Formats: sequence, C-alpha cells, structure tokens
Amino acid sequence: MLNIVNKSPLDRGSLDSCLQSAEPGAILLIEDGVYAATRGSAGEARLKAAAGKFKLFALGPDMEARGIADRAMDGVTLIDYAGFVDLVAEYNTCQSWL
Amino acid sequence: MTIKKFMMVNRKAPYGTVYALESLEVVLIAAAFEQDVSLAFLDDGVYQLKKGHQTKGVEMKAFEKTYGALEDYDVTKLYVDQESLAGRGLTADDLCVPVEIMSRADLGKRMEEQDVLLSF
Amino acid sequence: MAIEVNGKSYEVDEEGYLINLGDWNEEVGNFLAQQEGVNMTDQHWEVINFLRDYYNEFQIAPAVRVLTKAIGKKLGPEKGNSQYLYELFPYGPAKQACKIAGLPKPTGCV
Repeated sequence: MLNIVNKSPLDRGSLDSCLQSAEPGAILLIEDGVYAATRGSAGEARLKAAAGKFKLFALGPDMEARGIADRAMDGVTLIDYAGFVDLVAEYNTCQSWL
Repeated sequence: MTIKKFMMVNRKAPYGTVYALESLEVVLIAAAFEQDVSLAFLDDGVYQLKKGHQTKGVEMKAFEKTYGALEDYDVTKLYVDQESLAGRGLTADDLCVPVEIMSRADLGKRMEEQDVLLSF
Repeated sequence: MAIEVNGKSYEVDEEGYLINLGDWNEEVGNFLAQQEGVNMTDQHWEVINFLRDYYNEFQIAPAVRVLTKAIGKKLGPEKGNSQYLYELFPYGPAKQACKIAGLPKPTGCV
C-alpha cells in the first residue's frame, strides 16, 4: 500500500497515524507533509525509525516551493510528478492520510 | 458486476468538515451497487459514531441516524480503533451502532486487504 | 422553481423535488402525484408513509433494493417485491415515490 501524507507533522497527527497503522509499504510526503523530511526537524527521527518498514519518498516540487529541498534528510527519495504517478501505479491501493 | 472490497477510512470529526457526510454518501452508493463495503474509524473519525448528536442549533442534518440504516444496505463491517476511542474518553457504549473494536495494527491489516481505499 | 397548491407556493428543485422537507403535507403529496400521473390509492399512501417514516428514522431516502427489502419486512412479502412497487410507481419506486413523499432523491440513484 502507498501512504500519502499531506499535513505538517507539527500541525497534525497524520504522519503518526500513518506510521502507527499502516502495514509495511511506502510513504510519500506531499504538500505540507514534506516538512517531515527535513534534517533537524521532529519528523526526521520518526521517519528514520520507520525506514525499515517503509520506502520513503517526498515530492521534490513541494520541497522546492517551501525552500527546503536542500535540507532533505538522508533516506528519503525525492521524486517529481511523473514519479508520483509511477508510485501510484506501482501499488495496488493508496491511502491519503488527510 | 465485479464485486470489489471497498473501505472508507474515516479520520475526521463530523460537522466541522464535510468529510464524514461525504464518506457516508459514498458508502450508500457503493452499497447500492452491491459492493463489499467496510468502514474504518480512527483518530477524530471515531467522533462520527458518538451517539446523541443534537444538530438543531447548528442547522445541519444529524446523519448519526443514518449509520443505523447501514444494516439495511448489508454494510455490517464497521471497524473502530481502540486507541483512538480510549484517547478520547470513549468506549463501545458511547457509540450509536455496533462495531468491531480492534488495535491500530489490526486495522492496518484490514486496510491492506482492500481492493479500494477511500480516504476521508 | 416553485409549485402552487391551494394558493400556497412551495419551492422545488429542477427535477421537481421539494426543497424544504417540512413543507410537505398530503395536499402537496397529491399535487406531486398528479404531476407524475400517479392516481393515489391506499396502497400508494402506505408506501409514501413508509418512506417518510424511514426518512425520519434514518435521515435518508433508501435505494430501491433497500426499500423493497424493508417494505417486505414491515408490510409482508407480497408487497416487498419490485413488481408490486413498480406497478404503483412505474417510474421507479424510489425515485418517484420519494418525490411524492417530499423527500430528496435517493442517494446512488442516477
């Protein structure tokens, strides 16, 4: 299953909900969700701990728009919109943690 | 018609946003097409099932009652996250319909079994 | 849009469904039935009243399949079948009867 998180981990519990509930698979961070993938943020540790269970992705254009692309943490793959489409096609189901 | 396993994943409180009502509408539509429908309630989504909604003052439809019709639509798989309930001071007795209460991990497994997940 | 019954005006949507559920009364029901070309009998009213009760209880107008089953449970199997209901409401027991009952179009009804 592909999990999509679009809320900042500091504002909402969407990322935590996803990490606690979902079976092993992939997580794609988009929109404000990308803040979780920045070095030195509270989200970084949580994502690092989950890296064995999930493949981690973040949408590059959303990171760039927020001026944080140069702070992307290790272990998260930045993808573009075409990569987003590929991911959705690769997994059978998709849950958006709105 | 091919029957698929649909799950509506409900994570939002009712009335503050339209997600809960929209989810319920989609449930009824999917069930009218005789699909295999289940509902998951977690995080603030568990508030949707809290009984005793009085919506007169806010002039909105009290769709709590509609959960009671789901049985007529052969929708009986309602899964609720135990942790989300407990964190909000709720138990099964506070809910308006019978549900199956389970851990987050078990809920995650149910999600993994679906053909289609609809996120609300 | 609006309809006029006994000198009173009632708002309806573009398909003729009442906008305000609270506006409904038997005269309005009769008027809407006439517009649909349905001659109301006791059997018709039985279904209309059933639908209104169902709406009050569950806040929805049931889909045909659900309506048929629920009527069968309450009024007996000779009434809980689509042939009986379609004879009463030829344009669809859910769609047409809901309109006469002053309820919204059933969810999932296209």
